[in-house]
Amino acid sequence: MLVITCPFCGPRSEREFAHGGAVSSARPDPARVGDAAWVDHLTVVSNPLGPVHERWWHARGCGAWLTIWRDTRTHDIVGGPDVR
Amino acid sequence: MILTEKSATFRGHALFFHAHARRVFPSNPQESHTDFDLTDVLLSVKNITDMQKYSIITLARNALTGHKEWGQAWRSPPLKDRYDVIVIGAGGHGLATAYYLARDFGITNVAVLDGGWLGGGNIARNTVTIRSNYMRDESIPFYVKSVAMYEGLTKDLNFNMMHSKRTMVDVVQTYAKMRELRRRQLVMDIYGSTYEQISTDEVRRRIPALTGGGPDARLPVLGGMVHTDAAVNRHDAVAWGYARAADARGVEIHQQTAVKALIRDAWGAICGVETTRGRVHAGKVAVAVSGHTTTLTETVGLKLPLRTMNLTAFVSEPVKPLVDVIVNCPDSGFYFSQSDKGEMVIGGAPDAGQSFRRDIKQHVFEDTVSAMLSLFPSFKKLKLMRQWGGHLDIAHDASPIMSQTDVEGLFVTAGWWGGYKAIPAGGLTLAHLLATGNPHPLMAAFTLNRFRHLDYIMETGTTTAR
Repeated sequence: MLVITCPFCGPRSEREFAHGGAVSSARPDPARVGDAAWVDHLTVVSNPLGPVHERWWHARGCGAWLTIWRDTRTHDIVGGPDVR
Repeated sequence: MILTEKSATFRGHALFFHAHARRVFPSNPQESHTDFDLTDVLLSVKNITDMQKYSIITLARNALTGHKEWGQAWRSPPLKDRYDVIVIGAGGHGLATAYYLARDFGITNVAVLDGGWLGGGNIARNTVTIRSNYMRDESIPFYVKSVAMYEGLTKDLNFNMMHSKRTMVDVVQTYAKMRELRRRQLVMDIYGSTYEQISTDEVRRRIPALTGGGPDARLPVLGGMVHTDAAVNRHDAVAWGYARAADARGVEIHQQTAVKALIRDAWGAICGVETTRGRVHAGKVAVAVSGHTTTLTETVGLKLPLRTMNLTAFVSEPVKPLVDVIVNCPDSGFYFSQSDKGEMVIGGAPDAGQSFRRDIKQHVFEDTVSAMLSLFPSFKKLKLMRQWGGHLDIAHDASPIMSQTDVEGLFVTAGWWGGYKAIPAGGLTLAHLLATGNPHPLMAAFTLNRFRHLDYIMETGTTTAR
């Protein structure tokens, strides 16, 4: 179980959070990119064997959205949290 | 009692299994020969014709000689410099692909490479559930084919799969789920898969241990769906059976040969792989490595719409026959079946977020157990013996990807969430794609092109994926 440090509530169990997916690249302007780049933006997520940048929502707490860097091999939180 | 009869039968099988299980591992997989001479060729030809049959007669004959005469189930040949096809991953899909390449297309100059031991990845980390109750027109015929192939696999491979076609019962606790399953039933009817609605009384008659979920429960049992095609079998037998049959047809299986990177030639096409035992060349390379698919394809700069996640399961101590169907409780979020040894094999939801860590998270475990106890309160006395996790990749639309890629000669079979049931047809169709260059009709909709055209095959919800 992860212990995620909410900037407002302190260290809390993962059970209080909802997972919000990996942080994707900035949304390109669909009118300015080709189909391939647009489809990549829609479907391809970073899937590293190592730290992944991901969103969590403190749904059963203060309701804040935050991001952390979590190592997918160990579940160690190696960066964050950052509040947008 | 059906299960009592089954237990008696399987005691015989267990003995049979024990008799040759010691012999199936190659004596020295690290053994390395650099020379390649005619003796090797002759030996391999001899092996094809001499694949020892497993039967009651050979069992009796070997019993007389104290089980000292069993031959090896597959060879440990020297690693060559070049093959026609390299399959990365000696799991269910990789071994099945190699077998059908040899059987159906006569392509036998094939190497199956694995970093660990064969059958040690997700084929050893699942809940052996074989079923075809899917949602989409593209998916159902494929899984119907795979279930049918499983039913004939024992005979086809001359290896006892311990196939037990025992029916799956979905225990439905919300009207939304009931409507969704009724809809699936209507689609499945078109393609020859079977789904049938039953009443709460019938659910409880078929699963006597289901004593929770009464009228006063938070989620009362509303009814059920019966999928009579569903089965379980023995996962090791699937891996070993395919390995032995592929080897007998000339395919080479190289264990402890981890692929570190894919290699492209000067024109950008695939030309081989870099392994821990050196470079191996081939014009066609198939990636069948589940959760590590993107790790490998990124070595040639290929990004795929896949995420790797951890799915866990656990097993109770063995108890007397209690439940003779596969029980699936989608609203509560768990499913289980009783193995022939008597253990309850229990699975739940995946961990939140991507993960390559093959273990179980305590709260996922607790959630699954508490959900199970709400419907099966008598299970609270069960002791749990083992848990495991497997990392599997899931595509953007929760359907598998079997496809050529933008790198010429590089093929992927990936995104198999619940891929155990898909092994026979998955191997058959990938062999077709590798041999002919065209997708098999059953998998034509599952190429990478579907993402380019936004032709998603949404199967979210028909597995434990969420």
